[in-house]
Amino acid sequence: MTVFIIRRLLQALLVVFMMSVIVFFGVNIVGDPVYMLVSPDADQADIEAAISRLGLDRPILEQYWLFLKGAAQGDLGNSFIFGEPALKLILHHMPATMELAFSALFLAIVIGIPLGLYAGLYPDGMLSKGIMAASIFGFSLPTFWVGLMLIMLFAVELQWVPATGRGDIGSFLGIQSSIFTLDGLSHIFLPALNLALLKISLAIRLTRAGVREAMGLDYVKYARAKGLSTRRIILVHVMKNIMIPVVTVMGLEFGSLIGFSVVTETIFAWPGMGKLLIDAILQLDRPVVVAYLMIIVLFFVLINLIVDILYSILDPRVRLQDQGA
Amino acid sequence: MSAVLDVHGLKTHFFTHAGVVKAVDGVDFTVSKGEIMGLVGESGSGKSITGFSILGLIDPPGRIVEGSIKFNGEEIANAKEERLQGLRGNRISMIFQDPMMTLNPVLRIDTQMMEAILAHESVSKQTAWERSRDALGLVGIPSPEERLRAYPHQLSGGMRQRVAIATAFLNKPDLIIADEPTTALDVTIQAQIIHEAQKLTKQTGTAMIWITHDLAVVAGLADRISVMYAGRIVEQGGIDDVIDRPLHPYTVGLLGSVPTANRRGKRLFQIEGMTPNMLDLPRGCAFGPRCHARTDACDQQPLIKDIDGRSLRCLNPQRAPEAVK
Amino acid sequence: MSDATAHPALSAGIPAKVETPFQRFRAEFFESKIATVALAVFGSIVLLAILAPWITPQNPYDLAQVSVMDGRLPPGSEAFDGYTMWLGSDGSGRDLYSAILYGLRISLTVGLASGVIALLIGMAIGLVAAYAGGRIEAIIMRIVDLQLSFPASLVALMMVAALGKGVDKIILALVIAQWAYYARTVRATALVERGKEYVEAAQCLGISRFRIVFRHILPNCMAPLIVVGTVQTASAISLEATLSFLGVGLPQTEPSIGVLIANGFEYMLSGRYWISVFPGLALLFTVVSINLVGDHLRDVLNPRLKK
Repeated sequence: MTVFIIRRLLQALLVVFMMSVIVFFGVNIVGDPVYMLVSPDADQADIEAAISRLGLDRPILEQYWLFLKGAAQGDLGNSFIFGEPALKLILHHMPATMELAFSALFLAIVIGIPLGLYAGLYPDGMLSKGIMAASIFGFSLPTFWVGLMLIMLFAVELQWVPATGRGDIGSFLGIQSSIFTLDGLSHIFLPALNLALLKISLAIRLTRAGVREAMGLDYVKYARAKGLSTRRIILVHVMKNIMIPVVTVMGLEFGSLIGFSVVTETIFAWPGMGKLLIDAILQLDRPVVVAYLMIIVLFFVLINLIVDILYSILDPRVRLQDQGA
Repeated sequence: MSAVLDVHGLKTHFFTHAGVVKAVDGVDFTVSKGEIMGLVGESGSGKSITGFSILGLIDPPGRIVEGSIKFNGEEIANAKEERLQGLRGNRISMIFQDPMMTLNPVLRIDTQMMEAILAHESVSKQTAWERSRDALGLVGIPSPEERLRAYPHQLSGGMRQRVAIATAFLNKPDLIIADEPTTALDVTIQAQIIHEAQKLTKQTGTAMIWITHDLAVVAGLADRISVMYAGRIVEQGGIDDVIDRPLHPYTVGLLGSVPTANRRGKRLFQIEGMTPNMLDLPRGCAFGPRCHARTDACDQQPLIKDIDGRSLRCLNPQRAPEAVK
Repeated sequence: MSDATAHPALSAGIPAKVETPFQRFRAEFFESKIATVALAVFGSIVLLAILAPWITPQNPYDLAQVSVMDGRLPPGSEAFDGYTMWLGSDGSGRDLYSAILYGLRISLTVGLASGVIALLIGMAIGLVAAYAGGRIEAIIMRIVDLQLSFPASLVALMMVAALGKGVDKIILALVIAQWAYYARTVRATALVERGKEYVEAAQCLGISRFRIVFRHILPNCMAPLIVVGTVQTASAISLEATLSFLGVGLPQTEPSIGVLIANGFEYMLSGRYWISVFPGLALLFTVVSINLVGDHLRDVLNPRLKK
């Protein structure tokens, strides 16, 4: 197991390095950030001063080398716009994004799995057909447009919850989050639902497919032949088997939630790192873009690793193979 | 009377899109205390469906449309689900064909055995565990404590089937339905399993229905034998009578097609034609088109007659079975 | 499961009609009312987009035809030039009906172009992997797996961050984000086909590897490729709209549906819903109809579900 983790970490490092090359050189092709920074009536001397202050006068390879040297020490460069370390900016915005992504994952699981279970157990019922039709829409609807509609319906027309921003922040067990205050909850509800929509559909489909497959398998029939209650058959025998693929996929999807939060944060003006990224792209704030993408890549690689480990804990068959290898 | 099970006129039909499949179409038999009855037939003859009907485990589109199933004098055909749940695994147990498929891959053996006890009796987990351990010991599993902690995939096929047998005997049932329990196993293991099952029925007085397509297996095991063809029992009688002097042409054919050592070098008998299409059964005797003794009278469904100490559904019983031997 | 349902007799005895695979496919496809309607809806959308210059009252990007006086008019208002703006107008006075049809031209072009290019590239790479085997196959599939571990939306976002705005750039970004799905599909099918007896037989006959890959394996990949193609094209259209909405996709000079929705966003909170909602509905109909067609294609073309 340890060998497995070390090997995976090395692979991860390689991936992060490769991405740094692609991202760093890619970002440096686009536009000229200096013109975004100096005032329109600045003269040539001002511009040149700005260029050398940002280090943009050096050859690109040297810039990259300096970036790598800094990155190894945890310094991903300073934001052109804010003048602060890019990493610090991102870490500052990270809790809001995490809180949003976790809330969305939570919604996806508590809404998606029961609905999928129902649709799988009674595939011919009207309600099941309705659930499945809704899940096709959940898959097809562009997240950003659903976000707009949610704002229009719940915030503008019904005025149940605020449309934008993050609410009051509460503290619980030392964790600071807006989900610990009523105001915070009312603010996070719409963006979390918006972000969760796609994953709810996914959870419904996965769970339904799993239940339908499992219910036809011999072990369910055997469990029934043992006289077990339907409740125990579904909750223990079926669910334990289904949870493996569902947990794996939902775990992998956590990364994509963070990726998608870019869209949701923009619509709901949620002060997370996705919004920071869009602003940085629009303002050609290269260090922040690069730092964000690096962190996201690292994040993905780590999530994949964690899911793999989780998988081997959940499925006894995988565990055995691992010991054998 | 000491009949544990009395099945009369049982009809289980499946209402599919393509038409009605009369999988079981008028089956009568009784099983007495401590008796082993072999239920023999080709795949699709309805023998497994008969077994599942007794346990009330027929799923839509199938259902029991007619007939009675009396268990210890109590009518259980189409009984309430709660009543059936109380009987299953408790008074009537079932052993399935493929122990690989029937044991839940993600639950430990102890969980799967103990739940069979705990579903029917309110005993402590400790007691349930001890009984499971003793049951494993009874079917000849070495170091049962260790095996209880194992997952199904860690056991061999024969071992898994022993677990299934031990589980079936856990609640000292009155009747066990074994559905091709040895088909998936090696011949040597097969013999051991048959031996264990036979020993346990003798010790406990449990009645057993042994469903198989393999005449050689029941020959050494059963007290009585029922031969099924296309949803009906065509011949039923004491094991020695039927094996030594088969009367129904189908039984004759089945016996003739078993390769045995003392017929070396001789041609094996073949039953001509194919198993009938269950959606479109021939008129009259379903075996008619494949029967060499067929007469015009066979266009009428033959009724059950008692001949020579057994019941028979044939107008032209074979008088000289030695001819095919 | 049970004897009866697994019984071959259930499927036997039903005479197979002699028809070409295409006829059979067509018949099965139109069996589903939903898919038929979805296909009709998508066909109409494409037709409307193509005919846009002839069936709209205004070229929304010809400044001579647009008047700021017409800005933010609700649906059904009369424009300065006398025609009725059935869907209202946007902030700069463009007729939304016209703008949507012109926007669909751009959205569909981007979606279809990136879909087709990604399909060709992905198919070529997948076939190369299947054809070459060994080391090359391992390396290609490693890259494919790596890329597929990131969501396409994030890859596309990274690419536009690196490439900048513009139709050509967003098509490139979408191709980069999506080629791997096609490559994986082709490779997976090729693997299955490669293991079949007929390929072994062809090898024994001394048929060249090239011919085996292109004449035997490729045709078998078409069905799954079509299914993946429809779904990916829908997602490309939706992704382009998303990126444009975020302001990192297409510029204002090339207003796709996403740009239109983004323009309407600022008016949303003041109750001028139509500027965002109508383009949104157009996008919705497009994406949902393609997905419904794709969903049904999957059922029809999936050999495992064949009776």
